[in-house]
Amino acid sequence: MKKLRKITEQIVKLLLTVNGGVTSLAILLIIVFLFKEGLGLFKNPSVEKGYVLCVNSANNVERLSSYEIKQIFDWKTTDWNEIGGNAGTIAPFRFEEIFSLYSDEELGEDYSLLPEKLGEVIAKDINIIAYIPQEFFPQNNNAVKILTSENIRFSDFFGGTEWLPTTTPSPQFGVFPLILGTLWISLFAILIALPLGVGVAVYLSELASERVRKILKPAIELLAGIPSVVYGFFGLVVLVPLVQRTFNLPVGETAFTGSLILAIMALPTIITIAEDAMRNTPRAMREASLALGATHWQTIYKVIIPYSSSGIMAAIVLGIGRAIGETMAVLMVTGNAAVIPSSLFQPIRTIPATIAAELGEAPVGGAHYQSLFLLGSILFIITMIISISAEFISRRRQSKGI
Amino acid sequence: MHKRIKQKIVFIVLRLLGILIVGILLWILGFIVYNGAEVINWTFLTTAPTEGMTAGGIFPAIVGTFCLITGSVVFAFPIGVLSAIYMNEYAGNTWIAKFIRIMTNNLGSIPSIVFGLFGMALFVNTLGFGDSIIAGSCTLGLLVLPVIIRTTEEALKSIPDTYRTGSLALGATKLQTIWRVILPMAFPNIITGLILSIGRVSGETAPILFTVAAYFLPKLPDSIFDQVMALPYHLYVIATSGTDIEASRPIAYGTALVLIIVVLLINLLATFLRKYFAKKVKMN
Repeated sequence: MKKLRKITEQIVKLLLTVNGGVTSLAILLIIVFLFKEGLGLFKNPSVEKGYVLCVNSANNVERLSSYEIKQIFDWKTTDWNEIGGNAGTIAPFRFEEIFSLYSDEELGEDYSLLPEKLGEVIAKDINIIAYIPQEFFPQNNNAVKILTSENIRFSDFFGGTEWLPTTTPSPQFGVFPLILGTLWISLFAILIALPLGVGVAVYLSELASERVRKILKPAIELLAGIPSVVYGFFGLVVLVPLVQRTFNLPVGETAFTGSLILAIMALPTIITIAEDAMRNTPRAMREASLALGATHWQTIYKVIIPYSSSGIMAAIVLGIGRAIGETMAVLMVTGNAAVIPSSLFQPIRTIPATIAAELGEAPVGGAHYQSLFLLGSILFIITMIISISAEFISRRRQSKGI
Repeated sequence: MHKRIKQKIVFIVLRLLGILIVGILLWILGFIVYNGAEVINWTFLTTAPTEGMTAGGIFPAIVGTFCLITGSVVFAFPIGVLSAIYMNEYAGNTWIAKFIRIMTNNLGSIPSIVFGLFGMALFVNTLGFGDSIIAGSCTLGLLVLPVIIRTTEEALKSIPDTYRTGSLALGATKLQTIWRVILPMAFPNIITGLILSIGRVSGETAPILFTVAAYFLPKLPDSIFDQVMALPYHLYVIATSGTDIEASRPIAYGTALVLIIVVLLINLLATFLRKYFAKKVKMN
């Protein structure tokens, strides 16, 4: 009997130990899955899968970068000598154009003659660049060569300034505007929320009577409890028209609107943590300051706020963390234009909003899908850094204790 | 004299800031209650959406959210409570406990959209659950796991060590102590944590976007491998991409109100329980 009990104890202990590891395991799995999918992006050719780019064999250009391809098909780069070839106006040719050059009869049954005709077209024009499906590539035509396709590079992703994941022939995965957009609106959200939040924290910890606290504290808790999609909805139907009218803008879905909503959402975090820090100021310090003849406000300003500065720092950092990761509200009010922000009053797009808006349409396993996972990995790294630095800051506060 | 006036002005500003916070809350709540109240009636709550979601009710979304709450609690509650027991009762202050605590905090700080991505990669694609209640519940469960662990740990920590040593001195084993003494005492606070996590689950949108939520699905789920509609996702859909956004606005207000009522009621319940049990403990 006693032995049985001992064995049970041991089994339960083992079970609990295993259980304790679940959160660590979850983080490990999140890292593995996010990064595995995300880093797969760099194994993709810069031209869409199943397609090739062909030029005339007489053309001395051997390879093109993803950005050069996009510029050519956007009619931005118009001469071969701009990208290292012999002078000559580039003639971009998309596969569909073949159907306006030849009738269905000429292309043969089941398009069996299509590769041959494509070969003829490419052979005719030394300046052509054709974007065609691999299966219709004219195998036996010596006048046609395939451009060596490069894989998507790190620099395309992190240095690229355009996010056009569905454009053909070469989708652009420039993450720069998204990162900038995310930081841009988070920063302004904190700039709005910080004075407000710290002010309310001072009020709560120093001035408010017990009765006022009993109203204000639950109100802040409720503010924290409202789901982000409701904030987004409120922003969409109230703040968006309001911002548009007030600042006389063509659209109300701007970075500023997003910052406003994020500021409201970050307020509870900032207030709670900052108030906690202020309440921890030792009574002796307060009284010493008052005894020296300082007014209450001078005490707050010169003693309490400096004393709780690391707590306020932690509040700022965690508030930024909340703002950077916020998805639904931002998605609904910022207009989602993937451009490098130049003003507060233009549409903007963030990393989480991009993931939420595009993952549903990206084919599983494709380059677009993987690029969204890479965005998730970046977001993960940013929030990890934030959470660890917040921990570091608050630990410093504890060890500083007077 | 000068500094007194300065102080007065500053304090007035601070007081106004306090009022502003309450004002913002009342503005948001008032706006949604005012617009949503006339939409909500019995039919709205018990029928499916009709005519391209410009009419009818939100019954399937309510049922879906209920399924997700149940699923994620079944998944996360036992794991969370057991983890907390391990950390507080067994691991103590060793490096393992510290490590787990840091990991739990980190898990809690990961943005919800990242959980959505992860849920899609692991549960939907790798494990092959497809878009289903089980995939969504697991994703949401992971999301609230840190909440449950943290509140349970707080609950366990608040029990004085004298109870533990007392029970052990009477000859009870460690397991008996936990089961008969510690857990019954911590129970109210653990339940409060559970309720808070339910509030969180019912309002989350980003994690369910790609793991379970259906755009429009008037029938109710038959098994845990079915897709469902959910309140927050439904609100997002009809607010941004319905067939006729203007016509479905009233439905959106109604949905937002129902969602807010659910979440706030859950939060109030948690606050009430916390106070109620606190009083009871004091009386003992």
